Amino acid sequence: MIRVRLPDHLCTLAGASREVELSVDGKATQQLVLDALELRFPALKGALRDPQTARRRPFVRFYAGGEDLSQLPPDLPLPPAVANGDEPFLVIAAIAGG
Amino acid sequence: MTGVRVLAGTRKGAFILSSDEGRKQWNISGPHFAGWEIYHIKGSSVNPDRLYASQSSSWFGQHMQRSDNGGVTWNPVGNEFLYDGVAGTHQWYDGTPRPWEFKRVWHLEPSDFDPEEVYAGVEDAALFKSTDGGSTWKELSGLRTSKTGSSWQPGAGGMCLHTIVLDPKSNGQIFVAISAAGVFRSEDGGETWKPSNKGLVSEYIPDPTAEVGHCVHKIAMHKSRPEVLYMQKHWDVMRSDDSGENWYEISGDLPTDFGFAIDVHAHEPETVYVVPIKSDSEHFVDGSLKVFRSRTGGNEWEPLSKGLPQSNCYVNVLRDAMAVDSLESCGVYFGTSGGQIYASSDSGDSWQAIVHDLPPVLSVEVQTLK
Repeated sequence: MIRVRLPDHLCTLAGASREVELSVDGKATQQLVLDALELRFPALKGALRDPQTARRRPFVRFYAGGEDLSQLPPDLPLPPAVANGDEPFLVIAAIAGG
Repeated sequence: MTGVRVLAGTRKGAFILSSDEGRKQWNISGPHFAGWEIYHIKGSSVNPDRLYASQSSSWFGQHMQRSDNGGVTWNPVGNEFLYDGVAGTHQWYDGTPRPWEFKRVWHLEPSDFDPEEVYAGVEDAALFKSTDGGSTWKELSGLRTSKTGSSWQPGAGGMCLHTIVLDPKSNGQIFVAISAAGVFRSEDGGETWKPSNKGLVSEYIPDPTAEVGHCVHKIAMHKSRPEVLYMQKHWDVMRSDDSGENWYEISGDLPTDFGFAIDVHAHEPETVYVVPIKSDSEHFVDGSLKVFRSRTGGNEWEPLSKGLPQSNCYVNVLRDAMAVDSLESCGVYFGTSGGQIYASSDSGDSWQAIVHDLPPVLSVEVQTLK
């Protein structure tokens, strides 16, 4: 199982807990994890990736295994520690406030 | 339940305020969608339990919500707003071409005939329609691709289609208003469109007869008389008696004719409400909050201040934040940038704050439940 940690706003939107567990078919990649996340929580469609371009939203970043994956190709395999559930895949929203 | 349901969209969630016909005691539920901007929430007149809400954030984009039980529970519906074909460009503030880019839904207008049918006005300006309760959306692209579309420019709040007025007598007639392009009219259900801005004068436009480029803030219609339209423009309060063919000014004796909101009494088509503010930089008037009412269709206006703060008050009322109910004694409601919602159950003669401390109010709609 892959553990995905969500920011508060997306927990509200999806009715999900802070951390959700997902399984993906084949080798886990950023894209497959996000596809599985949207399949499990359809309310998240369009929240992380633009529905038209499928590009990551500019105020959202993805981290896994201590690395920022945001700029990497979405079809690269995730680090083994994330793929086997030892560490979470982190969805991070830009800080807001003042 | 008989009474009134007030639907408030705010910067940090939606709130639903309910009362019986007396409109003295209010039950408040919310925040729904806590932390999210709710630009607009509106109910179907055919099925008052059917509500639609526009939920958005700069971080996570546009989401749409639907309730089938009067706002007790909500379910996400379709949020794909894809421009039809190659979107092309409009003009940016500096006159350079700018690709059309979807940002958010400003306004939702459910049909008066079918609860599954609802229109959405979006930024960058375009009109979408759903015929399946918001599950899917299709652009009525004849508006955006009409001959003036490529010359439209944004107003300070973005290039938004913020007003949709459906003609209750003729299913085919639709008016929309876009900042800062103006009013557009369709007579064939939204397939084709023409600018409807003759008579509008905007000082910042060199050509006094400019077909588009007017910063129309809001238009309103009384459903018994769909040929008459009222408008709050950036500056100027305007009126049309011929379905938008021609406009003339009715600012009359208002202390200032800048403002955002405008609405019409539920039973008196010549009674109009506005909330004037000093200018586009000073969104208040001398520290006091006043609604102005005309009972003569414009020009002659009276200040309404009983129950409203008259000192140290510097709040604003946004374009979609005023509404009326249709009870026998017409109720008038507006929400402020300070988080208050004021209500009058006597056509504006007196007011009370039915809630004080919400987040800044973006929109107010009212359902009269019978």
